[in-house]
Amino acid sequence: MTVTKDDLIDFVYDEARMLDEGRYDDWLALWLPDGHYWMPLDYQQSDPLLVTSYLYEDIFMLKLRVERLNGARTFSQKPKSRCHHVLSRPFVDRMEGDRFETWTQMHYVETRLDEQQLLALTARHELALVEGRLRIANKRVDILNCDAAFRNIQLLP
Amino acid sequence: MYETADSIAALVQGRQVHRDVYTSPEVFRQEMKHLFANAWVFVGHESQTPKPGDYFATSIGDQPVIQVRHSDGEVKVLYNRCPHKGTKIVIDRQGNTGKFFRCPYHAWSFKTDGCLLAIPLKKGYEGTGLEQTPAGKGMKAVGAVHNYRGFVFARLAEAGIGFDDFFGDSLSSIDNMVDRSPEGRLEVAGPPLRYLHHCNWKMLVENQTDTCHPMVAHESSAGTAVKLWKELGLPEDAPKPPAMEIIAPFMSPYEFFENMGIRTWPNGHGHTGVHHSIHSNYTAIPGYYEALCKSHGEEKAKAVLAENRHNTVYFPNIMIKGPIQQLRIFIPLAANRTLVESYIYRLVGAPDELLARTAMYNRMINAPTSIVGHDDLEMYERAQEGLEADGLEWVNVQRLYEEDEDFETEAVENGTTERQMRNQFHAWVKFMTMGAAR
Ligand SMILES: [Fe+2]
Repeated sequence: MTVTKDDLIDFVYDEARMLDEGRYDDWLALWLPDGHYWMPLDYQQSDPLLVTSYLYEDIFMLKLRVERLNGARTFSQKPKSRCHHVLSRPFVDRMEGDRFETWTQMHYVETRLDEQQLLALTARHELALVEGRLRIANKRVDILNCDAAFRNIQLLP
Repeated sequence: MYETADSIAALVQGRQVHRDVYTSPEVFRQEMKHLFANAWVFVGHESQTPKPGDYFATSIGDQPVIQVRHSDGEVKVLYNRCPHKGTKIVIDRQGNTGKFFRCPYHAWSFKTDGCLLAIPLKKGYEGTGLEQTPAGKGMKAVGAVHNYRGFVFARLAEAGIGFDDFFGDSLSSIDNMVDRSPEGRLEVAGPPLRYLHHCNWKMLVENQTDTCHPMVAHESSAGTAVKLWKELGLPEDAPKPPAMEIIAPFMSPYEFFENMGIRTWPNGHGHTGVHHSIHSNYTAIPGYYEALCKSHGEEKAKAVLAENRHNTVYFPNIMIKGPIQQLRIFIPLAANRTLVESYIYRLVGAPDELLARTAMYNRMINAPTSIVGHDDLEMYERAQEGLEADGLEWVNVQRLYEEDEDFETEAVENGTTERQMRNQFHAWVKFMTMGAAR
């Protein structure tokens, strides 16, 4: 399979739709087993490990996060949150062999009960072609106002 | 309504406290005026302002202050207000001001200890008696400042209890955290998490020694983690990744928390995890023990690592975790608004893996994105809303209550006691009513 620019762009849109529709099993299946979902705390943060991040989760932690959302005693999800991504067209920054990188600006809305918050995001996807399928090798999501005080962010921006 | 000492004292009745301590804007106003002025309150860590002219803007209660390194190397704490028109002198959260502060409004300038340095067109004040006014003296310093092993505390009130009297033996928790550095020094690592809660600040402080909630409120995160881990079908003794080491102990049974013990000290300080804690069984990091032995000697190194205190509350509004090198500050914004900032520190001279675990703990447990934090916030906010119910006006704090409890002496009790919550309220009345009219 030859990966085109459109394939990469469609992939990023499809992923956001899975999150908005809560299709988490499909979403988890996009990930390579050694991937990390990183959401830095600091503006232009370069180190995920030795300073605090919002998220730096491996597949086990992502599975835990998703599994918890449906738990009988997940009190902060009674009632459940909902989310909504609006994407601008992803830039394809790198196409080399079977590795790819995209850069996408998004507006992310998360709501529960009477509260709704809007986050402006930049998502960087590292994608890989493995056995004919595009997969997420790593994903980094930067929040524009990362240094602001937040209330709960419960779903996946 | 809450102007007199008697009306404040009546809110705390041993086994129970009146809901107004959490919900009343008037009580909150009195807390800012009295409690946060009379107590020693954490300001920042000295490593946030390492060089002369370095400053860090923060608050003590509702008072905007600046922690600044003066030219003589001392850390000063000044009100963040120009004595001229009131303009905040610094607006960014940190930076370096050089040899002096300069107000951006009319260019009055001040040395980094607050003394007035210069005023443009000063002849306009000639013969007006500027020297006799507060404005002529410069930026106002807080009542007292104490730097204890890098942790900077301040008392806003000009007179009052001394630093050593206020903290007493509770400083042993800070000692243990700092002694974990082979060089006896901590350094702040990056910016803090900032997490906004729609509840009273005291609910968060009380939660720090609430050992009967983890297995209930955190079943959804820690319980699910344990379940998923089991489903992997690994052998019982398979090494757990750091994330599992951190989260699984939250599901420990009541007995574990009963046996871990709670110690209380005078003036509202106290800690969980006297004998062991959820931090006791982390995997050793290669090279760390050796580095600690080299600087402390084997005996002291062993003693330092044998302490695994869980949460130490420094009344009124911080908590530290020695074994994790974390400090959380519960910043009161309103009766029903609290900003929580969670800082982490590097143990200078220790391997990076320790800091990696510390950073992991901070994001996994205390971030606005944390699956553990989500359920805590939910509990606090349900409580804040539930307290509006008029059917019951009192909040119960009587687990393992005893008649004639003496909070002026140190005590070690069963780890599920609510004695530390009662200890905090005892200190709360003391510092709220200090010097107030009956
Ligand atoms: Fe908790």
